[in-house]
Amino acid sequence: MALLVDKYRPRSLEALTYHEDLSERLKSLAKSGDFPHLLVYGPSGAGKKTRIVATLRELYGPGVEKIKIDSRVFQTTSNRKLEFNIVASVYHLEITPSDVGNFDRVVIQDLLKEVAQTQQVDQSARQRFKVVVINEADHLTRDAQAALRRTMEKYSPNMRLILLANSTANIIAPIRSRTLLVRVAAPTESDICKVLEKVGAQEGWAEAEGLNRRIAKDSARNLRRALLMFEAVHAQNEKVTDKTPVPPPDWEALVAQIADEIMAEHTPARLLQVRAKLYDLLSHCIPPTTVLKTLTFKLIPKIDDALKADVIKWSAFYEHRIRMGSKHIFHLEAFVAKFMRILESYLMGMDF
Amino acid sequence: MANFFDNKARAAAVAATNGASSSKSAAPKESQNLQPWVEKYRPKSLNDVTAQDHTITVLQRTLQASNLPHMLFYGPPGTGKTSTILALAKELYGPEMFRTRVLELNASDERGISIVREKVKDFARMQLSNPPPHYKDRYPCPPYKIIILDEADSMTQDAQSALRRTMETYSKITRFCLICNYVTRIIDPLASRCSKFRFKMLDQGNAKKRLEDIAENENVKLEDGAVDKLIKCSEGDLRKAITFLQSAARLVGAVKTSHSRSNGNSKKRVLEDEDDEDEDAMEVDGVDESMVTIKNIEEIAGVIPNDVIDGLIQAMQPRSKGAVYEAVAKQVTDLVADGWSATQVVAQLYQNVLYDDALSNKQKNKIVMQFSDVDKRLVDGADEHLTVLDLALQVSGVLAET
Repeated sequence: MALLVDKYRPRSLEALTYHEDLSERLKSLAKSGDFPHLLVYGPSGAGKKTRIVATLRELYGPGVEKIKIDSRVFQTTSNRKLEFNIVASVYHLEITPSDVGNFDRVVIQDLLKEVAQTQQVDQSARQRFKVVVINEADHLTRDAQAALRRTMEKYSPNMRLILLANSTANIIAPIRSRTLLVRVAAPTESDICKVLEKVGAQEGWAEAEGLNRRIAKDSARNLRRALLMFEAVHAQNEKVTDKTPVPPPDWEALVAQIADEIMAEHTPARLLQVRAKLYDLLSHCIPPTTVLKTLTFKLIPKIDDALKADVIKWSAFYEHRIRMGSKHIFHLEAFVAKFMRILESYLMGMDF
Repeated sequence: MANFFDNKARAAAVAATNGASSSKSAAPKESQNLQPWVEKYRPKSLNDVTAQDHTITVLQRTLQASNLPHMLFYGPPGTGKTSTILALAKELYGPEMFRTRVLELNASDERGISIVREKVKDFARMQLSNPPPHYKDRYPCPPYKIIILDEADSMTQDAQSALRRTMETYSKITRFCLICNYVTRIIDPLASRCSKFRFKMLDQGNAKKRLEDIAENENVKLEDGAVDKLIKCSEGDLRKAITFLQSAARLVGAVKTSHSRSNGNSKKRVLEDEDDEDEDAMEVDGVDESMVTIKNIEEIAGVIPNDVIDGLIQAMQPRSKGAVYEAVAKQVTDLVADGWSATQVVAQLYQNVLYDDALSNKQKNKIVMQFSDVDKRLVDGADEHLTVLDLALQVSGVLAET
């Protein structure tokens, strides 16, 4: 049995529920026969991928849904062999070059050129070009992006690119100037409520509007998360009412607990305890950025207004450090220590 | 020999032969329709290159002197560096000799030190092939080859130093043209071997003219002021402006099949026969197409609507501390959830805050410090939500100071 997220994923542009004007635009682009390179960006769970798959279907018909997984081996200049997975249909390819880390340039150069230099064989195909979907384009290295530049221009008769990214900040300007930027905003809470209602009705579940609204709020406008929470609530309770509690994910509960502990006592001994919990989180593969962010936003409501700006400042500072450094726990701990110090000096009414 | 390089006479000869070659170009016409306009309207000759008058005059003079130095083109993206050298090469060699006389390498090709040692060196020392008889009447075909190293600033230091001697040894039969955005990334020994050409940002007038020409050629109707908006959004990058224009045109459905007909016959006469062109367009079109509006362009360029930014600035105004945090946090959360890119938020906030005359210089100083810090963090890939929130709160803190 598939998860609700997959079961009710819209397959065509018509079936998409929110951002109607965007769907309309994608549709007219697909119809025009003059499809540009796209750079689709937006927060996660906003429906970027769903839209792209639907657009591909609009472009090529149902043939794109027959996909297979290829494993290819690439060789770097230093003779290292890279294994790389490609999801492909007859008409399109889907790759995640950031899988191979720093060697993504090799993949981009070799694979895209190979695709670009072969023409569409299938005479009955609706479009003359193939589409290459690049996931996580904002994680591409500078080199890989530089390699895309001329390729995008030179081979545009045979190939179109669709880049998916969370933000355009890490995409170099030359790429941005060569693509059509498509922003997919996160659904609003009422959009999410509507989707939940629809899915619930199709599953034959009793409706609880208050619950739906709470889920929408807790999901932080992330539809995927909202659907997963929705399913979890219904799986855990036979009968749901407006009052049924929405269980937070385990890790979030743990972060909340850490926040409480930090507030309760500001001593090195407590720091040691917190450290064990942070390690626990990290060893369960919770990204350090997420930990830090959640912790910050859990702490903020608990402290005095005068401190909030300062805490955010240090949180942003250590988040940057996490990104630049290699040992995450140092920076998480440093943030906790810094926070304790700020709070203590505020409570004591002096600077130290 | 001087006559040999006389471009004007040659251009006339090219024009004369165009009729003959047009039958040949009929085949790829269909694919041309699908081409991005950036490629389609790439300048075909040096004279077409917009706005780089100084560089073009110098280049044309060097052409007439029957010799070409090694060249280094640098300047911001979208100012016509690649276009210039390609146009120059086309004028020199014509379509048939272009393949054998020009080697173009860019960042999409492997360009490590081994490639410089093998491919570039091999090409550089290759003897010149003779042009077919009578070919010289149409194109100058000077006795040297050109190697174009596009995006040379992404070459490694080692690869660049491997070029040094190669450039000198084969200078009799080969000229190099390096193209880069940042001249500082080219090692000194290479830079000193080339004559440098700086490509400046396009000025308003030229860019506007070019965009209007293209719009006219493609039958795209533009709202008043749309072109100015395009130029403003693209920050002097003509390629960006053209891409935006094309996207906007696609978006509103202004490009119909009609352009496929009109572009075939109007390609060569970009500037002349404008009136005639207009009539042509009317005939084909008949009905009024949807217009490209300023709003379309803003949407494509990812520009954040003014009211959103104003909302954020409003929230940042000094009040009692707690209220500021709540208001700012809400605005920032919405901004991030709506998917606006943080770099864009920062850029627009910067414009708005910095041109506020109510602020003292000292405050502005502090604010700029914050902006530079945040920009660096974003480039390093820090979390957008936290970073923008931090920026907004810090700036609001500075605003509260008196």
